[in-house]
Amino acid sequence: MLFMVTYMPTLCCRLWGDHGQDTLENAHVCLINATATGTEILKNLVLPGIGAFTIVDGHTVTGEDNRAQAATELLQELNSHVSGNFVEESPEKLLDNNPDFFHRFTIVIAVQLPESTSLRLGSVLWSASIPFLVCKTYGLIGYMRLVVQEHTVIESHPDSALEDLRLDKPFAEFKNHLQSFDLESMNKKDHSHTPWIIIIAKYLEKWLSEHNYKPPQNYKEKEAFRQLIRDGIRKNENGVPEDEENFEEAIKNVNTALNQTKIPSAVEELFNSEQCNNINSESSSFWVMLRAVKDFVHSEGNRDLPVRGTIPDMIADSQKFINLQNVYRTKAMQDAAAVSTHVQRLLQSLGKPPDVIPDNDIKLFCKNASFLRVVRCRSLAEEYGVDSVNKDEITSCMDNPDSEMVFYLILRGVERFYQQHSRYPGVYNYQVEDDISKLKLCVNSVMQEYNLNVNIKDDYVHEFCRFGASEPHTVAAFIGGSAAQEAIKIISHQFVPFNNTFIYNAMLQTSATLQL
Amino acid sequence: MADAELPMAVDGGYDWDGRWNHVRKFLERPGPFAHPDFEPCTESLQFLLEMCKILVIGAGGLGCELLKNLALSGFRLIHVVDMDTIDISNLNRQFLFRPKDVGRPKAEVAADFINNRIPGCKVVPHYKKIQDFDESFYRQFHIIVCGLDSIIARRWMNGMLISLLSYEDGVLDPSSIIPLIDGGTEGFKGNSRVILPGMTACIDCTLELYPPQINFPMCTIASMPRLPEHCIEYARILLWPKEKPFGETSLDGDNPEHIQWVFKKSIERAAEFHITGVTYRLTQGVVKRIIPAVASTNAVIAAACSLEVFKIASSAYIPLNNYLVFNDVDGLYTYTFEAERKENCSACSQVPQNLQFPPSAKLQEVLEYLMENASLQMKSPAITTTLEGKNKTLYLQSVKSIEERTKPNLCKTLTELGLSDGQELAVADVTTPQTVLFKLNFTT
Repeated sequence: MLFMVTYMPTLCCRLWGDHGQDTLENAHVCLINATATGTEILKNLVLPGIGAFTIVDGHTVTGEDNRAQAATELLQELNSHVSGNFVEESPEKLLDNNPDFFHRFTIVIAVQLPESTSLRLGSVLWSASIPFLVCKTYGLIGYMRLVVQEHTVIESHPDSALEDLRLDKPFAEFKNHLQSFDLESMNKKDHSHTPWIIIIAKYLEKWLSEHNYKPPQNYKEKEAFRQLIRDGIRKNENGVPEDEENFEEAIKNVNTALNQTKIPSAVEELFNSEQCNNINSESSSFWVMLRAVKDFVHSEGNRDLPVRGTIPDMIADSQKFINLQNVYRTKAMQDAAAVSTHVQRLLQSLGKPPDVIPDNDIKLFCKNASFLRVVRCRSLAEEYGVDSVNKDEITSCMDNPDSEMVFYLILRGVERFYQQHSRYPGVYNYQVEDDISKLKLCVNSVMQEYNLNVNIKDDYVHEFCRFGASEPHTVAAFIGGSAAQEAIKIISHQFVPFNNTFIYNAMLQTSATLQL
Repeated sequence: MADAELPMAVDGGYDWDGRWNHVRKFLERPGPFAHPDFEPCTESLQFLLEMCKILVIGAGGLGCELLKNLALSGFRLIHVVDMDTIDISNLNRQFLFRPKDVGRPKAEVAADFINNRIPGCKVVPHYKKIQDFDESFYRQFHIIVCGLDSIIARRWMNGMLISLLSYEDGVLDPSSIIPLIDGGTEGFKGNSRVILPGMTACIDCTLELYPPQINFPMCTIASMPRLPEHCIEYARILLWPKEKPFGETSLDGDNPEHIQWVFKKSIERAAEFHITGVTYRLTQGVVKRIIPAVASTNAVIAAACSLEVFKIASSAYIPLNNYLVFNDVDGLYTYTFEAERKENCSACSQVPQNLQFPPSAKLQEVLEYLMENASLQMKSPAITTTLEGKNKTLYLQSVKSIEERTKPNLCKTLTELGLSDGQELAVADVTTPQTVLFKLNFTT
């Protein structure tokens, strides 16, 4: 039993790897307000193994312990390796007396925070470049706002990624390797166990020589190309085509295999950005490596990214598959080495030692070169500022008055209500009816301030009063799961976080991401 | 936010002032989005607390979350069924379990935990398979919610609830409908759906949404490995039965000694073919067919499912109509749509299923069709029919003696077996609690 306890591999590692798990175990998360939503978020971070958390909460549990302490004890039980702390203080007090308190955290997550506190805290964290995740459960509406200046992602793990086979621009080592195959003279066994990549490449050579070196351009030509391959299937003595699955695979893959190798526009944008062109001693490893890849693209790379080096599994005998795989792997290693030289040159020019960016990091970067992403969120100040509010986003969404945007707008109205009445609308039954018109006034005053001319249906205002500022557990749990995963993305720098406002409508089970 | 409520009568000693405020707001207040049948009243809370009976299927990643959410939403009469015991690898998501609970039945530990921590809640555990119960058990529940990791089990449950439906003069009796809420997750993806058996799309109506799981071809494993996974399967499928490293014991994915053996053999195999990438973790993952799971996705899907249970039990809102897809690989993405009923669904349409085969077709072909057809996807169908007034088993796999006796039938043609055009075949399978009737149509 002891052996099992110490050896247990964390299954989540299969999703974000050991290096991802390390970032979690080195992270210190701050949760403000241990409400149902807050504890759910933290539970979903403690279970996969974050290193430490600190709960900041000045509220007391009805009649008994401080809420922060009670929550800390419950959460500690879930994972003995996590270090849990609590501070029995309101965030407002901390901002007054010790704003630097927040500088120790990897990420700050705040739940059910009044608007003024969010804005104050947002400003402190923005200056300190600490990611901030604001969450709210309000009746059957869930809300999340991510505030991070610049978040780089090397391993975005896209769901469906095109292979990097370079069949339209075969590199020298591949062409060499191709020459060792003669499809016509091969014996039957070899013929039906030749990888489809080789088959397509061979027939492409044939096609090019017969078509003025222009690859198949349209549907008709691709069909003809597929037929060319189909004609290559060996026939038995009766003229009946043999069962050659590798050729069927080749035919199936013609469309994607003929895709043009090119740099994704998202990556081009990164190449053209300020941070890439202006490498200095403050530049993070991400930007130094990106610049190195850009320089590679403009020299050894011949206007292409470093070769990724992986190929999909395919019908083939082991030898042929491994050999082909090695051709791609070796080329990828070469390209990565060239990029590495550029990295060293850049580091030297900055007066930094070469081991600041380890070789493995460079290899990982090159492998993911097509999938790099950078997320930049607008600050809360920009979202709330009269001159910087994103009017276009709001009005275009509200062309459909049932868009999830309406819930964001009413939430803003609810905060205005709180500022004016020192309470939230409809908390007690007798308040519901009267608060509807009061809330409507608040929502309208917010719209007026921003000079927004949108139609907010009365039914939604009514429903928000019905909610009575409740925090139903089911909605809290939904936001709990969603927010925790976004926090894990921020901590691990893997997978892509949302940008920047997420609204969940539990009434219809729909959601939307808005850029505010 | 203030949450205190005006003093109300305390119920049964469990409920302190304001305990169910967040729930009562939805039960006692009218609203523009409530279900047309909704009538705000104080008795609704009593129904939830004292009478509404919910069945949770599965006490794993989704099940733990479902039990917690339901208990915190006011449901007290909850039964939970799970046939598994707790494994150490469960502890990073199935948060009702602690290291000391390893080896104990999941349903029992989950029930104990909830009953101890949430005063008033009476969860009844069943350490059993869903197939161990019959209609009389399932009929007692108002709503059934599934957190399963098996499509076969889902289909069985689906079939069970369909078998409970009663029709009078061809009209469905609504009181015989037990809503089924089904949740599933895989990594960062998940879905939640509401099924009203006999009225909305059932599991089998949308079987094509679950593509059949692909296993590696035998020839690849046996003679042409290319990936580390092929090497591991070689050790598991071919070497283990041959070398019997631990005597007659079958391979146990939870036994580290077993995994260590498979791992070593996989490395040797890989070295032979110059394949890299075999690791202990990959070995365990392949042997146990582990689909990576993460707490957050389970939390989201279980939350959506629990909310639907609440909506249906209270009529406070119109329930999800009827399928939610969730994916948080890149940002957060949800897609909500109405899955449509299949006109000739083999589970819920009551339309007799047709089998079109030439009379010269062999029984083997019929068997393969039943297994490979995307809308049927049966696992080990048993085919019987009535010939000359007597029940005859054409082929049955699950009992060894019968399998041996009927195996020769697979090579016989349909006419050789005495079957005629229009013949009815009854097919039983693990994917359904009731036999499915097929009608044989001879083609020329």
